[in-house]
Amino acid sequence: MNYENLMEQLIAEDDRIIVMTAENRAAIRGLPAKVGKKFIDTGITEQTMVGMATGLAIRGRKPIIHALACFLTMRAYEFIRTDVGISGSPVKLVGGVAGFLSDANGPTHQAIEDVAIMRGIPPMGVFCPSDEQEMLKGLPSVIASEQPFYIRYNNLPAAVERPNHTFEIGKAEVFGAKTASVTLLTYGFLLTHVLKAQQILEANGIATRVVNMRTLKPIDTEEILHSVKTSDLVVTIEDHFLVGGLYSIVAETLLTNGVTGKVKPIALENKWFKPALLKYVLEHEGYTGEQLATRVTNFLHQ
Amino acid sequence: MDLTLSLPELEAMSFRVREHIIRMSTDGGCFTGASLSCADLIVYLYKHYLNVSPDRFDDPTRDYCFLSKGHDVPALYGTFVEFGWLDKSRLDNHLKPNDSIYWHPNRNIPGVEFYSGSLGHLLSVAMGVAYDCKLRGMNNKIVVIVGDGELNEGSIWEGLLVSNAYKLDNLVVVVDRNHFQANIRTEELIPLESIEDKFRAFGWEAVSVDGHDFTKLHETFSNVKTHSGKPQVVIASTQRGKGLPSIAERADRWFCNFSAEEVDSLLKELHGAAETNLTSEVLIVR
Repeated sequence: MNYENLMEQLIAEDDRIIVMTAENRAAIRGLPAKVGKKFIDTGITEQTMVGMATGLAIRGRKPIIHALACFLTMRAYEFIRTDVGISGSPVKLVGGVAGFLSDANGPTHQAIEDVAIMRGIPPMGVFCPSDEQEMLKGLPSVIASEQPFYIRYNNLPAAVERPNHTFEIGKAEVFGAKTASVTLLTYGFLLTHVLKAQQILEANGIATRVVNMRTLKPIDTEEILHSVKTSDLVVTIEDHFLVGGLYSIVAETLLTNGVTGKVKPIALENKWFKPALLKYVLEHEGYTGEQLATRVTNFLHQ
Repeated sequence: MDLTLSLPELEAMSFRVREHIIRMSTDGGCFTGASLSCADLIVYLYKHYLNVSPDRFDDPTRDYCFLSKGHDVPALYGTFVEFGWLDKSRLDNHLKPNDSIYWHPNRNIPGVEFYSGSLGHLLSVAMGVAYDCKLRGMNNKIVVIVGDGELNEGSIWEGLLVSNAYKLDNLVVVVDRNHFQANIRTEELIPLESIEDKFRAFGWEAVSVDGHDFTKLHETFSNVKTHSGKPQVVIASTQRGKGLPSIAERADRWFCNFSAEEVDSLLKELHGAAETNLTSEVLIVR
């Protein structure tokens, strides 16, 4: 089962599903031949695609729409906010190559504010799967939901083996003990590298747990509060601007609940990242497992 | 649908719609000029062209009418009052928090298709509806009323391209060609002529008509060939502020907030009395 198979299956099972793209077919190349008119390519027109998706939703459909994350969320932002957002239509927005995944494209293609701007739209949910396995596991519930959702598309190989893989919107996935001196909060493909950092930290005698947030909206408030209350240090790790992403969500959660603690961010602080192939981006920006372990250790000593 | 044209009835109805618009142009005001330009169009469309009413909103085979040029919503509400779809007393709730009668359309008012106010949105939304109607093999029509100033928006031209690509021939765009942007004449700021040629070049079937002449509107819309392979556009030439010589074609009378005395005088002006000497503040919104 891959993403395209899942789309085909969802269309076969639910007459409401329509798949759309603004000429970004990378993940769904074989679909047009299989689903006919349930596939619409509007060409390079992100705004029109979002407006049309809203019109289809008015007619009871549930459109799943595709474009590169930066153009989908930003070129068409006002259409998403005004047409999908105000009406609360169940449109599912799938953004490709978000965060570091745009590797060498350059800043025009870097969607590193997408979580901030999508979660700011009242009815919008945000799902950032860690890998293809989690994306395919989570999408059926995300699509079944009657609220609009933004999905950071991610078809990378599984970050970790999950013999008993379950998924629930708003429920984080925890790796490690119930409590530990360090908790690392993350989302998306970085989970692979954060789990590597966990191994290194553990090998160095620092008890570490990792929390994969999975959905950033709704957020797992309980897990955030538990992490901050039980760990000496919590670090948020994200390929997103510092403003408006997971670190902001944690700060909002703590203030709302009158909880405080030592929480440090690893994020892009007022800068775009160096365009290069993904493995080089990770090294250059300090996000390899080894580099993350060092940065977390430095926070411990601060 | 009633296809016999009753001119006196249509004229009386659009006259009363204009009265409603004028009465809404106080205590905070509204977009009076832009509402008056399309009052005849909206009355005609709901009376003779559209197969729709609020009690049939759940009927998937009904027609749709999207008001993309949302600031002219007083003309729509006035029409709904005349059709008995909206209680007239609710117009007194204009701009008050106990109702949803505000400067732009919203779905809390039965009969309103969708939220609008941000220009250039509802063509694409209507295209989604049109696509679905075709997918389900239905013969209904999807009308979108846009302003001529609204044609500046790039999303409109995206939509025209994509409608042609998907042969959305159940789609009818109606341009309220009142020759004004917000506060400047269209041809002075961003010239649109020839609108017909532009639409045709994008693959649309285009026709122009006097937007205040019910007989010609009827003739034109009766000949609009929906379901014939091409999306359709009707360019309705209108006058901003139509019916009130004191504000007609005045660039500074787009949004109007008149005093109670001015409203009284404007209502008389509508009935043929002399032009009102307007002293209320002119509002330049954009």
